[in-house]
Amino acid sequence: MSNLEFILVTLLNGVTYGLLLFMLSSGLTLIFSMMGVLNFAHASFYMLGAYFAYQISTWVGFWPGLLVAPLLVGAIGALVERYGLRAAHRYGHVAELLFTFGLAFFMEEIVHLIWGRNSVDYRIPDELDGTLFTLFSTDFPIYKGFMMGISVAMLVALYVMLTRTRVGLIIQAALTKPDMVEALGHNVPRIFMLVFGGGSALAGLAGVIGGNAFVTEPGMAAAVGSIVFVVVVVGGLGSLGGAFVASILLGCIQTFSIAMTVSLSDIFALVGISLDKTPSISRLTITQLAPILPYLLMVAILIFRPRGLMGARES
Amino acid sequence: MISTFFRRDRLLLWGGMLLVGILLPRFSSSGLMISLLCQIGIMMIFALSYNVLLGQTGLLSFGHAIYYGAGAFATMHLLNAIGKEGSVVHVALLPLGGGVAALLLGILLGWVTTKKAGTTFAMISLGIGEMVAASSLMFPVVFGGEAGVSGNRVIDKIGLFGVTFGPQVQVYYLIVAWVFVAAMGMFALTQTPLGRMANAVRDNPERAEFVGYNTQWVRYIMLVLSGFFAGIAGGLTALTYEIVTAETLNAYTSGAVLLMTFVGGIGFFYGPMIGAILIVIMQILVGGITHAWQLYFGLLFLFMVLRAPGGFASLIAIQRRLYAAGLFGRVAPWYLVSGIPGALMLVGLIGLIEMTYAALSDEEGEGAIATIKLLGEDYALNTFGPWLAAAAVTLAGYALLQLANRRLFREWNGALATLQGDND
Repeated sequence: MSNLEFILVTLLNGVTYGLLLFMLSSGLTLIFSMMGVLNFAHASFYMLGAYFAYQISTWVGFWPGLLVAPLLVGAIGALVERYGLRAAHRYGHVAELLFTFGLAFFMEEIVHLIWGRNSVDYRIPDELDGTLFTLFSTDFPIYKGFMMGISVAMLVALYVMLTRTRVGLIIQAALTKPDMVEALGHNVPRIFMLVFGGGSALAGLAGVIGGNAFVTEPGMAAAVGSIVFVVVVVGGLGSLGGAFVASILLGCIQTFSIAMTVSLSDIFALVGISLDKTPSISRLTITQLAPILPYLLMVAILIFRPRGLMGARES
Repeated sequence: MISTFFRRDRLLLWGGMLLVGILLPRFSSSGLMISLLCQIGIMMIFALSYNVLLGQTGLLSFGHAIYYGAGAFATMHLLNAIGKEGSVVHVALLPLGGGVAALLLGILLGWVTTKKAGTTFAMISLGIGEMVAASSLMFPVVFGGEAGVSGNRVIDKIGLFGVTFGPQVQVYYLIVAWVFVAAMGMFALTQTPLGRMANAVRDNPERAEFVGYNTQWVRYIMLVLSGFFAGIAGGLTALTYEIVTAETLNAYTSGAVLLMTFVGGIGFFYGPMIGAILIVIMQILVGGITHAWQLYFGLLFLFMVLRAPGGFASLIAIQRRLYAAGLFGRVAPWYLVSGIPGALMLVGLIGLIEMTYAALSDEEGEGAIATIKLLGEDYALNTFGPWLAAAAVTLAGYALLQLANRRLFREWNGALATLQGDND
């Protein structure tokens, strides 16, 4: 496999994963900037989306699930906001944060209860199983193209909705001046509920298309949840553009680092420093370091640019 | 400060608690009981150290387990390092080494995490916690990989006055001593100017800054101290179980200590201790009966967040105030009246959850009909009967509870109004 081929293929995979991350982080960012709540249960909605889609696919197939599962997750999200979060809101931000934390814990247990502790067999539909095109010698699966298509369509729809429609304009106004919007006669709590439901539905959709590309198991929420937090911090709290850039960046970092087998001592050798091979740290490969790279990036961002890549405010 | 600390009622309370701790194994010295008590003691220190952050300084951390884990691993390595050379005294003091290790880790990481308070701190602590947990599997020399690091706490066969820390009950007394010392230390911290400043930083950082304090420094020092005490708790785990795995510093442990502290009550010094007792009992005793204990735990937590965000400690505190004002008698009967339908609803709900678990976890293989045992009778779950009964009990309990609560809340509000009226 040539270098160019490696870079192109990994880049495609990275962008696919990054777009999926953006589906999650966009909802999280919208909810955060509107209500000031960091939704710990956001990744749990992603998990619910995958499990719902799996259940629906065993009954009637993949395509109805693609539509129904996100709507169901969105409805659950709206109910959670209406009857849970709003009650917790009375006790302040810490209570809200704790509520979503408890909710994530609870939802994982519910998934254990209904679908068991092992992964479920949620498969890619036959129509999407195959090769879309061949790049040099590597096959690019149709399903990855499908994921990209859905993500981009969602991105465009979100953009149009936020900037070109009446609801979008009210949401944007409510982001910064909720009191003024309320004074103008709009029902701000209902907008909050809609945004929370919408964000949950986006997370659910990400689960529907991500659950079968990766693996559908009870641990999937925790696995992706902390990465999404890193995305939101790196991009800048409350910035949709930042979340987009950070999603693609982290998607690429993760895919590249998993695919690279050079060790730290090899890297230092490139610049002419030869490391002692005996300590295990110099023999660590980039692949082994892959799980901590996102967090290292986050720490670096927090030290050198605390408001994130494109964040407007510093808190 | 000295005088507040040595007030007579406080001395009585602390002495009483120490006495209870010493006498408990007299009543029941079964292995389960002793290990339960050991775990409670360790978790008390851990939860108290967590409350130094959350309750005192207002820092919500999702990665406190890294300090606990650091203490545990450091203690284990120290134990293995002193090997045959050490004595019992060394072993008893080892948790201090764990505390110092955690303190050093706090000095290193705290500088990054405490730059900001609030939501940002919560996220950074989560990220740092994940980072440490992920890197723990990368360095098997230090963290022992999947198997963890194990050791032997009996390094002195003869021991001092027969104390070798071989029997679990001797470790229990060591834990009691450490709980006492650590709790005293943390209580003393709340009375120091630094502890008071931490409260100010929690409540109004702008004003604290304006008075001339550097809020970041206050947060930093409090985090380092809290890490120190968490490290002591970790060191005691290492001695108790003689094995430390990477699980001690992962997100699950961080979450558990948060839930424990919050359910107990973050507004009172003794709150986290109540939480530790409650949660460990749930974990070990309820966890021994049903697989669903985490579900119950999640429900309890959500209920507390929505209905009693002050935790159990605040509920106790309110009763104490009512009692002191002679109003407790007015409310108490209505607790009973509400308690009966409440218990009914709980029984129905537990039935529903247990039946769902039994019906869905077909471990006996395909085709076998799931059953549930109640009072020695087996009921098949493929009929509507048990489900309807449980649902009916739940709903009836709920309806009656709503009815009873109406009266309870009226009495309750009346009592509270009188209480506040008296204070004016």
